[in-house]
Amino acid sequence: MAEIRNYTLNFGPQHPAAHGVLRLVLELDGEVVVRADPHIGLLHRATEKLAETKTWLQTVPYLDRLDYVSMMCNEHAYCLAVEKLLGVEVPLRGQYIRVMMDEVTRILNHLLNIGTHGLDIGAMTMVLYTFREREDLMDVYEAVSGARLHAAYYRPGGVYRDLPDQMPQYVENKFKNAATVKRLNAARQGSLLDFIEDFTDRFPAYVDEYETLLTDNRIWKQRTIGIGVVSPERALALGFSGPMLRGSGIEWDLRKKQPYEVYDRVDFDVPVGVNGDCYSRYLVRIEEMRQANRIIRQCIDWLRKNPGPVITGNHKVAPPPREKMKAGMEELIHHFKLFTEGMHVPPGEAYAGIEHPKGEFGVYAISDGGNKPYRIKLRSPGFAHLAATDEMAKGHMIADATAIIGTIDLVLGDTDR
Amino acid sequence: MEAGILQIFQSFWSRFGLWEPLWAIVEPVWPLIWALLRIIVILVPLLLGVAYLTWLERKVIGYIQVRIGPNRVGPLGLLQPIADGLKLFFKEVLVPGGANKALFFTAPVLAIAPALAAWAVVPFFDGGVLADVNAGLFYVLAMTSMGIYGIIIAGWASNSKYPFLGAMRASAQMVSYEIAMGLALVTVLMVSNSLNFSDIVRAQGRGWFAEHGAGFLSWNWIPLLPMFVVYFISGVAETNRAPFDVVEGESEIIAGHMVEYSGMAFAMFFLAEYSNMILVATLTSILFLGGWLSPVSFLPDGFHWLALKVFFFLLIYLWIRATFPRYRYDQIMRLGWKVFVPLTLVWIVVVGTCMVIFN
Repeated sequence: MAEIRNYTLNFGPQHPAAHGVLRLVLELDGEVVVRADPHIGLLHRATEKLAETKTWLQTVPYLDRLDYVSMMCNEHAYCLAVEKLLGVEVPLRGQYIRVMMDEVTRILNHLLNIGTHGLDIGAMTMVLYTFREREDLMDVYEAVSGARLHAAYYRPGGVYRDLPDQMPQYVENKFKNAATVKRLNAARQGSLLDFIEDFTDRFPAYVDEYETLLTDNRIWKQRTIGIGVVSPERALALGFSGPMLRGSGIEWDLRKKQPYEVYDRVDFDVPVGVNGDCYSRYLVRIEEMRQANRIIRQCIDWLRKNPGPVITGNHKVAPPPREKMKAGMEELIHHFKLFTEGMHVPPGEAYAGIEHPKGEFGVYAISDGGNKPYRIKLRSPGFAHLAATDEMAKGHMIADATAIIGTIDLVLGDTDR
Repeated sequence: MEAGILQIFQSFWSRFGLWEPLWAIVEPVWPLIWALLRIIVILVPLLLGVAYLTWLERKVIGYIQVRIGPNRVGPLGLLQPIADGLKLFFKEVLVPGGANKALFFTAPVLAIAPALAAWAVVPFFDGGVLADVNAGLFYVLAMTSMGIYGIIIAGWASNSKYPFLGAMRASAQMVSYEIAMGLALVTVLMVSNSLNFSDIVRAQGRGWFAEHGAGFLSWNWIPLLPMFVVYFISGVAETNRAPFDVVEGESEIIAGHMVEYSGMAFAMFFLAEYSNMILVATLTSILFLGGWLSPVSFLPDGFHWLALKVFFFLLIYLWIRATFPRYRYDQIMRLGWKVFVPLTLVWIVVVGTCMVIFN
């Protein structure tokens, strides 16, 4: 009799469901996955090593490029670590802006995840709906930083500049007639805060729209319930964090457990899943978007009432205002030193972790007192989650493997670093 | 109609005094020429319909997904299908190194031939059918079952893992839904007492409601409502369309059996899929919604009614595709065997019992 062997299937890196460049080697028994072996490293860019050759400030844009769907959160963890080493205080307004932008980022990330998760399971309309809303949030990014994707907006000591008082407008062209332009510009008449508030007014209805398409859809439920189940104990043992951990029923959220910035001043709930399957994690993400919306509204409210500085006044860390730099010798020296040599960070070690949309994103920075980090270690949530692919996919079918990759919320830039 | 066309030819050629010698040559093969002419008259609009169905699909799904769809080639993107066709036509057909060449090229032909051949027995209006055979229903069943060989052979001949998985899925899926489809057709056969499509349509034009002006209530869809639904859903599965598109399963096995195909070889599969879609929509209209019959007696019957019904079903196809997630392979099997087959079996008994009681 012929020997019956399982066969291996090379799933990716060129595969529509591989979320970038994941290479998954599947060992299959018919359609059933016997072993899923994720191969990473195709997007490795040596960010940690690069950071050692750049000044502390120059590393910030590299952080954007790690998890390229939640850019500002990456910067946030890095800035927190550097601030810990420096011992500088961020002005309250800067903290609120950071929290608001973090939550905007959270919505951006979850929108992408739910859209592409839908796409992986075949609901292709979802991704276009979520991208419609992402477009508005990208405009927010653009308004504060000038870049839609790689913002580089946070700085050690605060944020680069205050929120703008006006939004850029659409102009009429060959493809957009006057009526379209008017409709698009309707929400852009006031300041950025007005624009975000308008978005937060509309957003809950959009989430309802997604839920109408998916939450009670029988096919969606059949495809996600009971798929990729992780028990609470295993989730902890595997080093899960974020929605992956909360989906398994463990209430763990760094925003509540070790509040950073002003998360202890805003009111929000932490959703927790029950079954630890793809469906629970999907529900957790949907609810997190609603909660993020809530946080953003509170931040808008506070930011409207409290003008003030957004970056620390310590000119050894943050550059002085431009007018003063032009007039005062001391400021000029500060400016010159900061933009040539960069800041000097006192020797020491510091770890800062934040509740990144994907889980705990941490930066461990070691300084030897120079103008460059001695060593930076990045803890990316996706790495631990991806490592559990085998455990989650075992015994499921190929189609479920794509659902599991979708639910992990994989971004290879983050995993490979 | 045949006589009328002959008349036109005759009057044309008689002007030059050439009719008599010409007809002497043509007469022995005239039936063949006449059949060919009719085939062309059916196939050319059909293929155009397929081309514009792709355009419609992209437009409709585009608007569902808050985008515009093709609008660059020609007004409203109306020349897009032609541009796509030309592109595919001029592309190289790549053959994978380890493929079985003969089978690799047989497969697309096997996919498209039955998809087009099935149209032979489809009546477009009263008397408007290429072959008015009495076993039309069987013929269609036989032809649509043939289409699966194209997919299986394509998957096997490519000598690659993804197509092979797709082919295995395809064979299992199409065979199971063939059964549900066939059983649903049995009920139609029972109520209309015929296997001839024209007779099936005519039988739907009779009845109490039809005599009182509301013909649409006499159509098969009311007494056979569950079968109507089963048939249409099975049709979606049979043609491997979303949410049953695991055979192509873009995010799982990329394009299934079509992975290794390019150029016109790929286009053949594509044409077969869309031609099958139109076929299933047409058959559903003929079997359950009275084909060319008008829904109310004060409007005339005709081809336009069939076209309208087919268009309606095609729109539903597109709507479903834009809305639903994809089933998993085993869930499709479960739906077919555990829901549809038992349902059709029960309904056959119900219909049979009713027929015995009321006659």
